[in-house]
Amino acid sequence: MASLIRIYAMVLRHIYLLRGSWPRVLELAYWPVMQMILWGFITQFFMGHSEWVAQAAGLLLAAVLLWDVLFRAQLGVTLPFFEELYSRNLGHLFVSPLRPWELIVSLLGISTIRTLIGVVPAALLAIPLYHYSIFTLGLPLLVFFTQLLVTGWALGLMVSGLVLRFGLGAQSLAWVAIFALAPVSGIYYPIDTLPNWLQPVALALPSAHVFEGMRAVVLGEGFHVGHFFAALVLNLVYMALGAALFMSVFGLARRRGLLLHSGE
Amino acid sequence: MAIQVADLTKRFGKAVAVDDISFTIADGSATALLGPNGAGKTTTLAMLLGLMTPSSGSIRVLGTDMLRHRYQVLGRMNYASPYIDLPQRLTVRENLNVYGRLYGVRNLRTRIKILTEELDLERFMERPYREMSAGQRTRVALAKALLNEPEVLLLDEPTASLDPDTADRIRGLLEAYRGRTGATLLLASHNMPEVERLCDRVMMLRSGRIVDDGTPKGLASRYGRRNLEEVFLDVARRT
Repeated sequence: MASLIRIYAMVLRHIYLLRGSWPRVLELAYWPVMQMILWGFITQFFMGHSEWVAQAAGLLLAAVLLWDVLFRAQLGVTLPFFEELYSRNLGHLFVSPLRPWELIVSLLGISTIRTLIGVVPAALLAIPLYHYSIFTLGLPLLVFFTQLLVTGWALGLMVSGLVLRFGLGAQSLAWVAIFALAPVSGIYYPIDTLPNWLQPVALALPSAHVFEGMRAVVLGEGFHVGHFFAALVLNLVYMALGAALFMSVFGLARRRGLLLHSGE
Repeated sequence: MAIQVADLTKRFGKAVAVDDISFTIADGSATALLGPNGAGKTTTLAMLLGLMTPSSGSIRVLGTDMLRHRYQVLGRMNYASPYIDLPQRLTVRENLNVYGRLYGVRNLRTRIKILTEELDLERFMERPYREMSAGQRTRVALAKALLNEPEVLLLDEPTASLDPDTADRIRGLLEAYRGRTGATLLLASHNMPEVERLCDRVMMLRSGRIVDDGTPKGLASRYGRRNLEEVFLDVARRT
């Protein structure tokens, strides 16, 4: 119970932050909406020029909305963690009874809230603008959303760990790391489009399995159980690695006194 | 004993920040760590709080081994320092709400009300922390440090950046708090009148070692000086 209260306190800290700044909330939703509008027009263009896209209007729109889930989930972990560094607040946090794993859980909670604020308005706007509802994917949408959320969390924890280790000079990793995955995740095209040597790299990423699975559902091929389990297992591995890296760097930070001197 | 430290050492590579120090601090006492910059005061406090792991040695606070079971005791301690901050964009009230929950404070609203009255912070409750002056921030940090009515309170330069009037009020508040709760105070300070007023014991640190230990008056008498400031200069300038 005490743990839950501490986790709630940390989530509350970031809710206060969002509540106190409507431009922040607007910005969370702005980029996913812009992406959706852009890819909506691209979809309309390709509907008349591409046989593949013409098979299913939602192919690209579902892809862009799910990509934003992954991107926002990762930023949802890293940016709130950076807030603690900008504020030079880690020293206060870790002389309190807050455990590092409680901080991790709270970051995952904040990430979920930020992702929903970012992606839901874009998904809802796609309905009147392009007559496409991602919610028609049904139950698989929940699976894809959850899987990408977890992948984003894992990456977010890895990036946060590295920034704790190397300082805020490394904060650009928050944007760089996720875009390194984009080409091999097969967001807008099937994995077999990639060169043969690159395909195993793609299949080692949970995101590639999610986007393959998404395409199968959108194209009416049904829910692909193989991709689901592959993503699930890989997510467990990546999440364990992310948490282990963060905890290991936290231990290093305590040895080197970084918690006392972290900041800009 | 509130604090028991044995053979405590902290190395950063080849540099030794704290060099094999041992001391005990009695329940309910007020002790100062004095020493020039780089003497190891902040590093010692950080190790006592579990913010930094020692290279060797042992630390017990309120009977608990801080290296193995610090979470059992962190809720009964607290800390304020001008070198770490609170979330900048949160208001004073929001900051105290968050930290009150982190420390599991019961009747949090009442506790916040009492503290903000004592520290004259009522006018600033809805103001973001980043918009406050250095002195106001110090008072907010003290409010945070007293939220959980700690049995062991560690303070790093508690009245830095405060005007003499406010600093005097804070010292009075700390004295009253100690008198009322029987809390143990350990503070690092460069302000000698503050140490003379608040503390019944002084440990002098230089180059990571405890070079002297006694009451403020006892140290002045031992060094043949009029006050602690002159003792400090003696110790700091000794080669």
